[in-house]
Amino acid sequence: MSRIKNCFDKLKTGNHKALIPYVTAGDPDPAITVPLMHAMVNAGADIIELGVPFSDPMADGPVIQRAAERALKHRVSLRDVLTMVAEFRQQDSHTPVVLMGYLNPVEVMGYTVFAEAAAQAGVDGVLTVDLPPEEADTLVAALRSQQLDPVFLLAPTSNDERIKLICEAASGYVYYVAVKGVTGAGNLDVQAVADKLEQIRKHTDLPVGVGFGIKDAKSAAAVAAVADAVVVGSALVQKVEQAAGQHDRISTEITGLLTQMRVGMDA
Amino acid sequence: MSQIENTNEPLIGQVPDSRGHFGIYGGKFVAETLMVPLQELQDAYDQYLTDPGFIAELDADLQNYVGRPSPLYLAEGWTRHLGGAQIYLKREDLNHTGAHKVNNTIGQALLAKRLGKTRIIAETGAGQHGVATATVAARLGLKCVIYMGAVDIARQAINVYRMKLLGAEVVSVESGSKTLKDALNEAMRDWVTNIDDTFYIIGTVAGPHPYPAMVRDFQAIIGREARQQIQQQAGRLPDALIACVGGGSNAIGLFYPFLDDRNVAVYGVEAAGDGLDSGRHAAPLCAGRPGVLHGNRTYLMEDDDGQIIETHSVSAGLDYPGVGPEHAWLKDVGRVEYVAINDDEALQAFHDLTRIEGILPALESSHALAYATKLAPAMDKDQIIIVNLSGRGDKDIHTVAALEGIEV
Repeated sequence: MSRIKNCFDKLKTGNHKALIPYVTAGDPDPAITVPLMHAMVNAGADIIELGVPFSDPMADGPVIQRAAERALKHRVSLRDVLTMVAEFRQQDSHTPVVLMGYLNPVEVMGYTVFAEAAAQAGVDGVLTVDLPPEEADTLVAALRSQQLDPVFLLAPTSNDERIKLICEAASGYVYYVAVKGVTGAGNLDVQAVADKLEQIRKHTDLPVGVGFGIKDAKSAAAVAAVADAVVVGSALVQKVEQAAGQHDRISTEITGLLTQMRVGMDA
Repeated sequence: MSQIENTNEPLIGQVPDSRGHFGIYGGKFVAETLMVPLQELQDAYDQYLTDPGFIAELDADLQNYVGRPSPLYLAEGWTRHLGGAQIYLKREDLNHTGAHKVNNTIGQALLAKRLGKTRIIAETGAGQHGVATATVAARLGLKCVIYMGAVDIARQAINVYRMKLLGAEVVSVESGSKTLKDALNEAMRDWVTNIDDTFYIIGTVAGPHPYPAMVRDFQAIIGREARQQIQQQAGRLPDALIACVGGGSNAIGLFYPFLDDRNVAVYGVEAAGDGLDSGRHAAPLCAGRPGVLHGNRTYLMEDDDGQIIETHSVSAGLDYPGVGPEHAWLKDVGRVEYVAINDDEALQAFHDLTRIEGILPALESSHALAYATKLAPAMDKDQIIIVNLSGRGDKDIHTVAALEGIEV
């Protein structure tokens, strides 16, 4: 059974929702990433989304764009990210890790080579934001042959036809982008999210994570009340930026926010 | 490689397929939020391109507002100067706003109006597409926001001011290399945020389906006119076509109607910048490899990690690390030969045409002209080359002057 499915099954038994933090690998420098992943797990993270830096992050807002630029100053590559996951796995064999990024680095490495290397490193799922299911057959097949879960995005604009298509291609979970916009966009409408989740659940039994616009314990708790997982990205990456390279401060700030979210979600 | 070129199968109308694929290139590589809006655009495009009312409005605008047909001009002085094939210039520089870009913005703006959109956005490199977009937005009373890299804003000050005069907001893009590719990223981010009221007018034959096919179809009027004009003036088809290729919209516009005329040699000219060997260039077809960027699979300038690398060209409009997917396909099937011209060669052609013909060409178009200076002398005097003079060079005067140490 995949670590992701296992994770959601366990949470369900305890009537908990998954907390999924996103950080960009290698931001602000490569040395912090693995210790930060462990710290996030200790602060209550159930699954980690690890961003693969890309030079042209078309779907990201300024906060995550700058994170990618900081990581790329250290030339952090997809192979480097896989090495980080392998290092994380030496001490943590149960927390699922999902790589999130853009298609081109995967395309250049080659789908089969990537899928084998990702499985070898201990990756559990892969989300390529610029790859809709229409173009994904080959990559999905490569991922599945290595028991990796392809995770896909759903959006406010997705109609029933597309929801069905996406949920059939996905496994592990699906990620509902709650706001029309880029990462870090504001103003989450929880009622609208709840309505859309109802529509999505008509098509799938997969857990549904919700991201975009979740900034604090209050918004995390509100989303946890209707979703299976809460994804938080830009709010954390902003903490990384504000700590200006000080590892201790980055770790303290991020675990602090995650702890508050965990408490809010479990209340 | 040349499997199609070696047969005589027709090429016109073969690509893209219903999912926007040109062979292995093209497609729709975007985040989920844009998939439904792209389908709506495709449906509208399919509907209106066969709608007599839409076509009549488009044709009338092209004639009376843009000034089409643009002339096909036999450059006798320059032909004598080069001492070989006769060179005809397709004068897209004489269009309203001074380049071929308006052929496409007129068409897309009419679609935006039909779709009830009230806000237009666009990316621009040299500023020609930005000006052409701001122009049609002003005319239709639509709000207009243009994204332009900070580097390009600095080197294309005249076009920036033109856009502002036309009522557009020009947003300086400070991310990445601060050039055209980053402007495109930023325009995509705007679009995904404002899809309800906003129409994104992409200026080249790249981006997610249906843009590459739609922009080609709007630009193909260049080649349709040229094909008719050369037969009227010279009594036959040309021996060669030459056009510069950044994203590739002026080139595909000229080439497309000639693709099945297999005796017409076709050359696409990329920007070699400081030279292909220097690494400082913008020639993905000549020196790149396939990858995925900006919604389509195509040839890219990228490193071994799949990161897009910064490009260089004296011409802002060619300073782009990708290229339209149809060009990638035409390269692989062997129908078009892609070559590269460096900054110095383009500048020489800029001066030569200005002095010999009294026509100031855009630095982008100067790349195509420079390739003609290599090709023409080796051809017979009764042979014919058509060069797409895609834009006028007024916008480049400051760049050229600065390179020569002259303050304007």
